[in-house]
Amino acid sequence: MAQHPSILLKNIKQPGQHTLSGYESRGGYSTIRKVLKMEPAKVTDEVKTSGLRGRGGAGFGCGVKWGFIPKGNTKPVYLINNADESEPGTFKDRVLLELDPHLVIEGMLICAWAVQSNWSCIYIRGEYGYPYTRIKAAVDEAYAKGYLGDNIFGTGFKHHMVVHRGAGAYICGEETALLNSLEGKKGQPRLKPPFFPAAIGLYGCPTIVNNTETLAALPWILENGGKAYAAIGTEKSTGTKLISASGHINKPGVYEIALGYPLLQFIEDECGGIRGGKKLKAVIPGGSSMPVLRADELAGVNIDYESLVKAGSHLGSGGFMVMDETTDMVEVALNVAHFYAHESCGQCTPCREGGHWIEKIFRRIAHGDGLGGDVQLVESICGQVAGHTICAFGEALSWPAQAFIRKFPDEFKHKIGDALVGIRSKRESLNFEYEGAH
Amino acid sequence: MTVKLSQAAEDKIEEIKKRYPDVKSAVMPALYIAQEELGFISDQAIEWVSQKVGMAPVHVREVATFYTMYYRKPVGRYHVQVCRTLSCAICGAKKLTERLRQRFGIKPGEVSADGMWSYEEVECLGSCGTAPMAEINDTYFENLTTEKLDQLIDRIGKEKPDLRYSTIKDKIGDGLKDCQKSEVVKF
Repeated sequence: MAQHPSILLKNIKQPGQHTLSGYESRGGYSTIRKVLKMEPAKVTDEVKTSGLRGRGGAGFGCGVKWGFIPKGNTKPVYLINNADESEPGTFKDRVLLELDPHLVIEGMLICAWAVQSNWSCIYIRGEYGYPYTRIKAAVDEAYAKGYLGDNIFGTGFKHHMVVHRGAGAYICGEETALLNSLEGKKGQPRLKPPFFPAAIGLYGCPTIVNNTETLAALPWILENGGKAYAAIGTEKSTGTKLISASGHINKPGVYEIALGYPLLQFIEDECGGIRGGKKLKAVIPGGSSMPVLRADELAGVNIDYESLVKAGSHLGSGGFMVMDETTDMVEVALNVAHFYAHESCGQCTPCREGGHWIEKIFRRIAHGDGLGGDVQLVESICGQVAGHTICAFGEALSWPAQAFIRKFPDEFKHKIGDALVGIRSKRESLNFEYEGAH
Repeated sequence: MTVKLSQAAEDKIEEIKKRYPDVKSAVMPALYIAQEELGFISDQAIEWVSQKVGMAPVHVREVATFYTMYYRKPVGRYHVQVCRTLSCAICGAKKLTERLRQRFGIKPGEVSADGMWSYEEVECLGSCGTAPMAEINDTYFENLTTEKLDQLIDRIGKEKPDLRYSTIKDKIGDGLKDCQKSEVVKF
């Protein structure tokens, strides 16, 4: 098994790591003390040098994002830690929030100093009851010790931190939807461009929204230097990434890997191979919004931003879902389509309507009632949704649907063909259904 | 007339309001508080929240109906939410939901006659590595099988543990004795 640098999960298994004393005993909060003596612009430069890219899914340069705060700004600057982790297949931020919450807080303080923010908010998904109590307890402890508040470490730097629970909406992980949600509105995304949150964000003030994992990498980067971080991984995918591995594998869990690691080796070595000695059929490498990859497309593919794009998918959030040879891809397509139909915020017509249409078509194919032309119809709907919505949900909905029908055309054709000639075969349904539903 | 909640609830919302740059940000925690005391988001609850955060009732209603965790009708004392999304589905989540249906004799969204149980299928709960799983009130139960689920329901029925997160106390219930709070990290 390859040795990966341990940056984010280094102390995760240490007892008491979630407490302030445990965190500090292993060198915690020493980096922020040094950072507070640096020029804020130098901190941003260091992060730019590191090449750290947003770990929430979009992969946008972290330091570059911070640089978008307008010069000569006089309004308050807000910082949001996006812990709304809702992308199916992703459960990495939960690990950080539960087991190393002070690492997250220290990362946020570093960012807060760089962008000169006095107020931040951790927006955590509502379902994360236990992770919430852990991060909240850590924030309370940091306040009690003067690591948060009006005079941090006696330096005069003021920073207040709030933990805010979401209430079960996938879309609130989209940064502008999150901002609307936090402003007490429905969590529906805002149009961007022209204005990005770094210019006009929460309550009209410049706001930096970063993913939990992104922020948690900052203490290491500022301690060891941006160059050291950039030396890990590949040229454009620097550093390490948390991969949430799930599905038909022997050892599901959260793994930290150096970017650029071979995908098949990851399945074999880290994930312990496919359960029950079965064969690999498909992998969704970046959360369910990202196109599925067939087993035969995986040779030579590495887990990093460029390699996965070249292979026809994306690294996304690192939600790594593995399916074995017994998996019925029509049922999988239906499962995923149901998710997006359910989670559309309803703001843009193509997404609100298109999501349900795609689900309905996949359902009738799965039920053995598919019609000739159904696959083409899904293609046509996807083409009219992607790129025609305010946020990237349109793509998140269309990309997986298109990938399933393009990569496993025979399974769809087979079911539709059977339906057309009147063959009713027994269906092994993946999804719970009851009369009266749908 | 607006409903009066407990003094603890009234105090808590006043404290929460001070945390944000604008009081409107407190609408979500206020809805949680109202739900905690009134059981679900009734019209009275909306009225209370609207007074507390200074928003029109219609805007509070918009928020309350947008999110799935605010219930617009009562749920059981123990509300079981089975994750149905991909990783859980391919690891057998359907069997869990079918078992609940069989056991409780009700459809998703309905409440059992004794008011104890309700269940539904929900979208990804971020526990894919420990699939299949279910959340009961605010507590996760992971790596489930139908047998484990049966035992869990039996124990909960007998011991009646507190599985809720209380916004007013800012605390999660003690849960079942000897039950792990989190199973997700296994390396």
